Parts: sequence; structure tokens; C-alpha cells
Amino acid sequence: MTLFLAMATQVVETAAAPASHGSSSMPFLLVGLWVLLLSVFVGFEVIQKVPPTLHTPLMSGSNAISGITIVGSLYCVGNDYPLSAGILGILAIVCAMINVVGGFVVTDRMLAMFSAKGGKK
Amino acid sequence: MLAFIDATHIVELAYMAASLLFILGILKLGKVKTSKQGNLWAAYGMAIAIGATMLLLITSGDWDPREGEWTYQSHVLAVGAMVLGSVIGWWMAIKVPMTSMPEFVAFFNGLGGAASMFVGLAEVPRAAERNQILAAEGADFAIADSLAVIIGAITLTGSLVAYAKLAGKLNKSRIGPLGSQGVNALLGIACIGLAVWGGFFAKTPTELWLSNGLLAFASLLLGVGLTLPIGGADMPVAIALLNSYSGIAGMTTGFILKNNLLIVAGSLVGASGIILTQIMCKAMNRSLSNVLLGGMGETAGASGGAKDEGYTKVKSTSAEELAALLDAATSVIFVPGYGLAVAQAQHKVRELAGLLEKKGCQVRYAIHPVAGRMPGHMNILLAEADVPYEQLYELDRINDDFKNTDVVVVLGANDVCNPAATNDPKSPIAGMPVLTVWDARTVVVVKRSLASGYAGIRNELFQMDNSLMFLADAKKALEDTITELKAL
Repeated sequence: MTLFLAMATQVVETAAAPASHGSSSMPFLLVGLWVLLLSVFVGFEVIQKVPPTLHTPLMSGSNAISGITIVGSLYCVGNDYPLSAGILGILAIVCAMINVVGGFVVTDRMLAMFSAKGGKK
Repeated sequence: MLAFIDATHIVELAYMAASLLFILGILKLGKVKTSKQGNLWAAYGMAIAIGATMLLLITSGDWDPREGEWTYQSHVLAVGAMVLGSVIGWWMAIKVPMTSMPEFVAFFNGLGGAASMFVGLAEVPRAAERNQILAAEGADFAIADSLAVIIGAITLTGSLVAYAKLAGKLNKSRIGPLGSQGVNALLGIACIGLAVWGGFFAKTPTELWLSNGLLAFASLLLGVGLTLPIGGADMPVAIALLNSYSGIAGMTTGFILKNNLLIVAGSLVGASGIILTQIMCKAMNRSLSNVLLGGMGETAGASGGAKDEGYTKVKSTSAEELAALLDAATSVIFVPGYGLAVAQAQHKVRELAGLLEKKGCQVRYAIHPVAGRMPGHMNILLAEADVPYEQLYELDRINDDFKNTDVVVVLGANDVCNPAATNDPKSPIAGMPVLTVWDARTVVVVKRSLASGYAGIRNELFQMDNSLMFLADAKKALEDTITELKAL
């Protein structure tokens, strides 16, 4: 119980810390949460009423978009990070790029079958 | 004058453009006519995002070679890694046959999770260098970092298990203690504990590495444990959900790196994945928790062939008889399932359908929402074989028509046309919407054996008065039927 309390205090204290010597404008957390809220809403909306035919391509296309972590991975190879982080960054880059390129190409291949058919008709 | 000529502002604008392209891309992907363009737009968005990030890192001097530490310049290594990843991804995507598409989507998805996990872990040495706790940069930072590691790792191993299950390389619901709900709960608690230790208390490099390393390890195990119990029939749901996880993992890295683009793209994928998961669940009339706890997984893995027995009055048929039946029919509906995909029989169905159409017979295809191993799996396969889109009918549009149909040919589908779902309230699939194929005059079930489907339950359809069993590989059966039909 005391351990739990100690943990909770530490969490609260560190949460408050950056705000005290804080920046002039809104902290990133709040901006980020706004962005998150709106994007989730958009994500819910854009996917409604999709015909079942497109479920697989949609999934694999959005899967490719989730490779956006490539952007984060690139930062980890920058000067802000020590060598060991850079190595993790390189691993992340390889994984994310496979995800991105593989995802988009596979989706394109699937969709090509729909449009090839459309062309003949 | 323009207030932003600064590189960071240009990059921010480029990120905005990329976000817009992602949103419009997903929107367009959801419509048949524009789907191909949608995928392209999303890919352009990604290219812009990557290009802008590289511009930022180069102009800010972040990618300058560091003294002493790096043997090669870091940006050269980064570009090399990108090229390597692209080549591997491209090569795999080109090579994969259409039938094994679902498992490869799962595999790519896992790598996305891995990337988020690595990005989360990369913060560890940075904190270690300064001898600071991760939360020194804010509690939100520490929490986001732990979440990136946890969700990324779960996505990675969960997707790999899904890959193995889909590829038929794994059909167990347990590996040692992994897969039981008790062990999962323990792992979950361990993850929370390690996350608190690693984010808020671990200060020395040793502590930081130990806590976060263990966190990654426990999360990797948890990913395996969570996915193992999910039955094969539920894999479409599992993939949709794991896809959503990889988005959420990407979103958390946005909070680590204070990057809005990562948050937008990640939460877009996360949210759309959850909606897709919901659609899948609805199609099977199951709750998400029921799927996740593996209601059917157990029986599927354990019984398998044991349920062959128990069918007493099955009437079997041959290619000759099927050909004669089809020849006399004026309306035929094909019901494709996973067996069709395994046998790669999609072109043969098309050929047979073509022959029947020439004879003036009406040919349609009934597509159950969860037929196959991935939502929309059958639509893709039939599209590959040039089956016209207008001939594909969804469940609610075709179910009333079965009673006016002469012959229904079930091709390697089982659970999606099991009458138990409508008439046996105790059945594990009770209430699941199924194709009411038994209403047709004659049903011919083409199947390799009388074994139960992935749900592991018996199918009364096989011994109904109006049904005939054609025990053969779908492709072989269709080939023979085509030959017989041509000979008539």
C-alpha cells in the first residue's frame, strides 16, 4: 500500500514538473490529445459503409499507413540519440520500411485485380 | 512577408499535407471506383512524410556525422536501412500469391509494431546517458514510451502468431503455459509493474535497461498469449484488431517524439481498425470479448479430424452427376470458402461459370462476410479470376433467393452455411448469420473430407435430404466437372 502511494506521488510530481517551469504556449500533451481526438473521429467516419469487397485492401492499405513509425525511427538515428539508440533506430527503419513498401505494393496488387476487370467491361 | 521560411515550418506544412493525403487516401480506399487512387494517395503521403523528415534532420544538422561514435555517417546508415527495408518489402509483396495474402498482411503488420517497439526502446539509452528517469521529460512521456513498447511488442508477436496460424504452420491454442487467461493476466500485471518501474523509478543505465528490456520481453510473451487462443475462424477479427494495435502503437510514438503526424496517422489506423473489427464481429454475431477469449479456439485445435464420424446418411456424388445437375439447372449459386483459396480454384470456378452462362443459366456467387481467412478474402480471389463484381452477392441480398435456385455448389466452405446457427440455440455458432443454402433444390458440397470447419462443429447440412457430398479437392472437382460438362 505504501509502495503504491509512493509510486502515485512520484507519478503526480513528475507530471506536474514540466508545467511548473513550463513553456509559454499550450504543452504538447494537450495539443497532441486534441489532434488524437479529432483523428479518431475522422478514422471512425471515413470507414463507415465500406463494401465488404474492399475490407481486405482497406486493411492492408491502412496497415501500410501504420508504418508511419518510419518517421519516428528516422529521428532515433539523429544526433540527439546515443549509439545504442541509433542501432535500435536502424532496426526500426528496416521493419517500418518493409511494412510501408510491402503494404502499399500488396494493396496495389489486390486493387489492380478489381480495376483490370473494370477495364475489360 | 511570409512568417515561415524556416525549415521546421516547411516540414510542418509537409506533415499537414501528408496527414491530409492519408485521410483522403483511406476515404478513397473505401469506394470501389477510387480505391486504387486512394492507395496511391496514401503512398504519396508517406513519401512526403519521409522526405520532409529527412529534410528536417539534414537541415537541423541532426544527421551530421558525430565525432568518434559512428563509424559511418548516420544518415548514410539510415538511408541504407531504408533501401534495404524497401527492397525486402517490395520483393515479398511481389512474390506472395493472392491466396496467402492474409498471412502476409499480418506479417507486415507485425513489423510495423516492431518498429514502434524499437522507437520506444530507443529512448532508454538517451535517458541512461543522462542518468535520469524517463519521466524526467514528463510523466506523459514516460507513459507514452512504455505504451509504445508494450503495444508495439504485442502487435509484433501477435501478428506473427496470426501469420503462423493463417499459413497453417500453427494450430495450437497453447504453447506451454502461454495462451491461458491466467498467465495472460499475470503477464499483463507484470507489464504494468515493469512500466511503472522503467518509466518512473529506474535511473541508472543498468536499471533502465533491465526494466525496459523485461517490459519488452513480457509484452512479447503477452502478444503470443493473447493471440494463441483465438480460433482460426476468428482470424479475420484478430487481424483487424492487430492492425488497429499497430496504429495505436504508432500514435504513442507521436507522444514520445512530440510529432502530430504520427498521432494523426496512428490514430486514423487505430480507429478505422476498431470499426473494421466491429463490422467483422457483427458479421459473426459474436462479441469482441467472446472472440478474444477464444470461445471456439479450443475445440478447433483439439478435435480436428476426430469429428469425421457421426454422419450416417451422407449421399456422395461425382463429377459426372454434378455436371448433369448443372446442365439441367437454370440458376446456380456458388458459395466459395477457404477451401477454394487453398485449392487455388478461383479460375476454375470462373471457367465453369462461363460454360453455364453460355447455356443460358443464371450464375451468382454468395459471399459470406467472414468466408475465408480475412474479411473480403473471397472477393479478392474471385476478382483475380475476373468474376464480374455484379455477380457477387452479400448474405442479406441472396438468402431469400436460395429457395428459387436449382443448384447451389458449396466450394470448400463449411461453417458459413451450417444450419445449426439458425436452429440449434446451443451450438457455439448459434445466431451467426449464415447462408441458407439448404433452401435450394439441390446442394452440392465440394469438400476434401467430412471434417469439421475451423469452428470445430458438425454440420447437419452434409446429411440433409437435398444435399450431395463431393469429397475432393475443389480445383480437381471443378476440372473434372468442366470436362464432364463439355462432354455432355
